[in-house]
Amino acid sequence: MTSHAGISINGLNKSFGETSVLKDISLDIAPGERVVVIGPSGTGKSTLLRCLNYLDRPDSGTIRVGDLTVNPAKASRSDILALRRRTSFVFQNYALFANKTARQNITQALITVKGQSKADAQARADEILRETGLADKANSYPAALSGGQQQRVGIGRAMALDADLMLFDEPTSALDPEWVGEVLDLMRRVAEKRQTMLIVTHEMQFAREIADRIIFMSDGQIVEQGTPEKLLETPQDPRTQAFLRRVAKTGS
Amino acid sequence: MRALDFAYMWDLVPVLLGYVPLTLFMALVGMFFALILASVMAVERVFRVPVLDVFVRLFISFFRGTPLLVQLFLFYFGLPQVLAFLTTIDGVTATIMGLTLHFSAYMAESIRAAILGVDRSQWEAAQAVGMTQTQMMLQIILPQAARVAAPTLVNYFIDMIKGTSLAFTLGVTELMGATQKEAAGSFLYFEAFLVVAAIYWIMVEALSFAQRHLETYLNKAYAR
Repeated sequence: MTSHAGISINGLNKSFGETSVLKDISLDIAPGERVVVIGPSGTGKSTLLRCLNYLDRPDSGTIRVGDLTVNPAKASRSDILALRRRTSFVFQNYALFANKTARQNITQALITVKGQSKADAQARADEILRETGLADKANSYPAALSGGQQQRVGIGRAMALDADLMLFDEPTSALDPEWVGEVLDLMRRVAEKRQTMLIVTHEMQFAREIADRIIFMSDGQIVEQGTPEKLLETPQDPRTQAFLRRVAKTGS
Repeated sequence: MRALDFAYMWDLVPVLLGYVPLTLFMALVGMFFALILASVMAVERVFRVPVLDVFVRLFISFFRGTPLLVQLFLFYFGLPQVLAFLTTIDGVTATIMGLTLHFSAYMAESIRAAILGVDRSQWEAAQAVGMTQTQMMLQIILPQAARVAAPTLVNYFIDMIKGTSLAFTLGVTELMGATQKEAAGSFLYFEAFLVVAAIYWIMVEALSFAQRHLETYLNKAYAR
């Protein structure tokens, strides 16, 4: 894997109408670092991820990936495109291209965005399909795949982009319980390659295993962060403590 | 009440079939340009490009709001009077132009609705992998919209095939014009128009058959 750039987020704000969803978020992520974001629903975790590749345009604050800095006050269409090309995104609802096969879902961006030859892109796609255990599904369309298979293609599509930062927006929340394990296994394998990852998830056990750092967000702010041991064993803030107690009770 | 002259009808069939290529030519060329124009206008309507949007809406409003026959006369008889370089315009060209503009206005609205029907996740996924807007539209959104719009668009194509018969009013000897001439010679109007009706009907039925294959093809990604 090629060496990746570090990420620096500074003073990010985002409101939807009157509701302020992100409040002055600042965050640095080192190359190869795996960061998990946890917190109650509706606290802006997904919006944070969506702002990082401008699926939602932040109101203010800068995002720096390597030598690229994007500021919403003056971000041009090509700045946004450049940012998106340095990140990859795994969606909660998979969001596979419905008119493309599993293999085409992976080759699509390699060909159109990265300008690879069809042969190179297909070779890479087949490699990824083997890695994700979907070699036999290369020519299947998303509608013919299970949720778990679709999400593995979704992760494969993102892996193929070899981005500086991989964003995971609750990748297992929409899955039937029986498919969660295979998707988490694949994410573990991605994490083992020291791919820089920012993951929003409710899978606490998984977070504990793979995270270098866990961030607890509440009300659009980063309340507290630290190593999994530190944050999960000895949370400092009462909101973190309350959240972890609730999660422990429901057993997830 | 007299008996139908079947022998006459039988002999007329090959004569009239000779005009089918011209009818299909006008309809196919018209459909080709109408699809392109309609797709461009539909995409414009989705993104609402400033200034351009006003013209597109005006265009759609005019070509939906006036009869095709009026539009054809406008092009054929009217344009040469105001455009000096167009001393004449031939009837086939005027018909293709009229069909293209007229049906593109209708088709733009169906395609626009189909585009808006493509799930939001498809737009976001295309953006997230770094595709440009053009790449996203051409490779992800429009192909999926095509599936939704196909039945309606085939309907418009059927209408267009039948609409070519209006070229007759511009003096073009196409299927309808030829039938008129034959009937005027034989005075067997009922037989002649019965034959031409059957020819149009069979053309449209053949198209409906093709439509089923087209829809199967467009739906292949969605079969479970």
